[in-house]
Amino acid sequence: MAEINRKALKSAAETRKLVESSLRSRYARERRFQAYGIAAVVASVAFVGFFFVTIIAQGHTAFFQTYVKLDIDFDPVVIDPEGGREPQALSSANYQKLVKTSLEKLFPDVSGRSDKRTLNSMVSTGAIYELRDMVLADASLIGKTRSLWFPADDELDMYFKGRVDVDVDETSRRFNDKQVLWAESLREQGRIEKRFNTIFFTSGDSRDPELSGIWAAAKGSFFMLLVTIVIAFPMGVAAAIYLEEFAPKNRWVDLIEVNINNLAAVPSIIFGLLGLAVFINFFSLPRSAPLVGGLVLALMTMPTVIIASRSAIKAVPPSIRKAALGLGASQVQTVTHHVLPLALPGMLTGAILGLARALGETAPLLMIGMVAFIVDIPQTPLDPSSALPVQIYLWADSPERAFVERTSAAIIVLLAFLLLMNAAAVWLRSRFERRW
Amino acid sequence: MRLTTILLIYAAILFAGYLAGRRKAMVIGYRDGFAGMHSLPLYHGYNVMLWGAIPALISIIAYLAFSDAFIISTVVSGLPDALRNLPEPQLNLAINDIRNAAAGTMLSGASEVTSAAAEQFNSLRNLSSIVLGITVIVLSASGCALGFFRLNETVRARNQVESTVVVCLLLAASVAVLTTVGIVFSVLLEALRFFQQVPITEFLFGLNWSPQTAIRADQVGSSGSFGAVPLFTGTLMITGIAMLVAVPIGLMVAIYMAEYISPRIRTVVKPMLELLAGIPTVVYGYFAALTVAPLLRDFGFNMGFEISAESALGAGLVMGIMILPFISSISDDVINAVPQGLRDGSYGLGATKSETITRVILPAALPGIVGGFLLAVSRAIGETMIVVMAAGLAANLTANPFEAVTTVTVQIVTLLVGDQEFDSPKTLAAFGLGLTLFVVTLGLNMLALQVVRRFREEYD
Repeated sequence: MAEINRKALKSAAETRKLVESSLRSRYARERRFQAYGIAAVVASVAFVGFFFVTIIAQGHTAFFQTYVKLDIDFDPVVIDPEGGREPQALSSANYQKLVKTSLEKLFPDVSGRSDKRTLNSMVSTGAIYELRDMVLADASLIGKTRSLWFPADDELDMYFKGRVDVDVDETSRRFNDKQVLWAESLREQGRIEKRFNTIFFTSGDSRDPELSGIWAAAKGSFFMLLVTIVIAFPMGVAAAIYLEEFAPKNRWVDLIEVNINNLAAVPSIIFGLLGLAVFINFFSLPRSAPLVGGLVLALMTMPTVIIASRSAIKAVPPSIRKAALGLGASQVQTVTHHVLPLALPGMLTGAILGLARALGETAPLLMIGMVAFIVDIPQTPLDPSSALPVQIYLWADSPERAFVERTSAAIIVLLAFLLLMNAAAVWLRSRFERRW
Repeated sequence: MRLTTILLIYAAILFAGYLAGRRKAMVIGYRDGFAGMHSLPLYHGYNVMLWGAIPALISIIAYLAFSDAFIISTVVSGLPDALRNLPEPQLNLAINDIRNAAAGTMLSGASEVTSAAAEQFNSLRNLSSIVLGITVIVLSASGCALGFFRLNETVRARNQVESTVVVCLLLAASVAVLTTVGIVFSVLLEALRFFQQVPITEFLFGLNWSPQTAIRADQVGSSGSFGAVPLFTGTLMITGIAMLVAVPIGLMVAIYMAEYISPRIRTVVKPMLELLAGIPTVVYGYFAALTVAPLLRDFGFNMGFEISAESALGAGLVMGIMILPFISSISDDVINAVPQGLRDGSYGLGATKSETITRVILPAALPGIVGGFLLAVSRAIGETMIVVMAAGLAANLTANPFEAVTTVTVQIVTLLVGDQEFDSPKTLAAFGLGLTLFVVTLGLNMLALQVVRRFREEYD
């Protein structure tokens, strides 16, 4: 007996020694493992920070635009030499000349063709159309002189936003030393002002960065989401109700289930191919139309809506159904009168999250021709249109530096919408969530 | 007649039918007492409405689906023989001209034949819409009337309405199947046409990809070759880099979040990761092309080797960041699903936390993690915008991550964006690639589901 005890004690002591000798390295390993974990979390949080700082730093300046004040002399000789005040003549007059004269008056010592051309290019080409519209609206302006503010050309705008590095060799920048001098002189005369960039929020795409805006794209996105929600939400909810409440166990229902799960994981570009082949080539719906985009996005969003709606229906306790059935309600009445109203907030939450995903989706829209350069603002879902993410894609490809700023600004707007939708979903969930 | 007018009249007739049916049921009910009546008046109203709704709805759907094709074929059969016997691509162009002329959006002047055809097209369209209008009105009104006259206290209106509702629900659920069928058919049919022109073995095993086909027969050097291996390797390389970034970081984040972090910090970090998951891919693409690529290029320049502006590395890194929240949230769920008893047992035997994690929790969670990994791979393969914006266009068969490579999705986009002629192997090639992509991602998803189902441990 004592023999066995001694042996046990000895082996316990040995085990203890063994364990203690390995403890240091085991604890070190534990600390290393934790360090990896912290590093991973810090890395991902740092990336989020880096990402947002970069985008906001690049984009925030686009919300303001430099304006130049010019004294425009509405010279009757230039605008309407015949004096008839015909709208036809007024709309085709040489308004460029007015801007030119006014700039030349400011800088009388500029000579030479190329210098003059450079000087003229400091004011946006949009000034011409603005002048034309003013004259067409009020012909009595002719013969008078007005001080007017015009959007500056994108290069001048970039200069005042500090995005032109004056230390770089003159030949390798698009804004030369003369332009710097002119710009400074304009500033000294108080002819430069930064204003809130309303153009960016009210106009469509343009080749000139200072005249381009996101309104057309935003409206296209809005029409698309409208089509998406009108189709995907009722269909998705109906499908979910069927699968949760009515579906018998058979092959067809199994097939539907498998299909929904697989569709949720099909790459979005494949949905674009489907839209191209079916909606555009087979049903000959118009290309570039938000209607087609909305249809494609609806097919894409539907699995998300179905899955979310099913879990919302599952969360309604069976006792509610039993009570309704017990009081003599039919199965359809039970669902429409009791289950559906209780599950609706959860379904809406899922639908909003699905829509948020659809809003950021780009690849399928490229397939159905929504990448065209479109200036006009769409009025109906059948007009050719762009969408916010597609606009970002198009601008990101443009070589002008001013478009970098606008791309980032468009991204900020898009992310703001996404955040808003997600916040709405979270609010809806917390407001209407019930614990049974 | 415009379609919206027709739909409005249709809705008005149905509403009238509903009101009439409900009223008649009310009258019967008050006369004979409601006790003898099978259904509530409300359901009788719905029932009358459905009698009118369904046949007219079928006619509207049939009109939307077939009228255009029918009109076009009639117009084409009326064209002069010289035009009608053109090969299909030119004929399609001619038809497009006719459509544009009919819509009044033709830019240049239309030829006489075209404008005559356009006139016929427009008159046929008018005629067909009038026919539709009359059909809808007659069908819905007579249907409602039939339902109205059949109405009496023994009609089981509620059951009829309810079974119609259930059928509608089933139809909605079947849209998912219809979508899959649509994808398979549209992609498969075009892909088969592609494989008639380019042998499938060349497509799958050829090493040379240059889809530009000659416009004129005597052009040099652009015969078009469709060997997709460089695209596959490019896709795999970018996916591989993405997974190398996403899996270790994502997994460590998930472990740390599930096992170590205090709830307070968790409420800060988790929304941040969700934020990352909600960023649209086009934004990641912009970030990859305009921020990460120049950084990498400068870095390479300083270290003395060349990194292409459209390197696989840049696209892969950013794609990895995109996938990261996906991996971490799936792993987080799986790790949290491992029962506490396993942890307690391991601690009770004297294991440290990290030993418990690596030897007990991870093996138990492995099937779920592998499933999530496979889903992430399928996502990375199908991801489009990041690679379109940050990866190259030229098909390079290379293993060097600093060079530009192209991917399957990039090629689909470049082949299909812009002007396209159908039937050219160039356009059809996009559908061949699409089919490959669909089959591969579908296979990965199935595999992921299988892994999760087969190897899942059942606890408690």
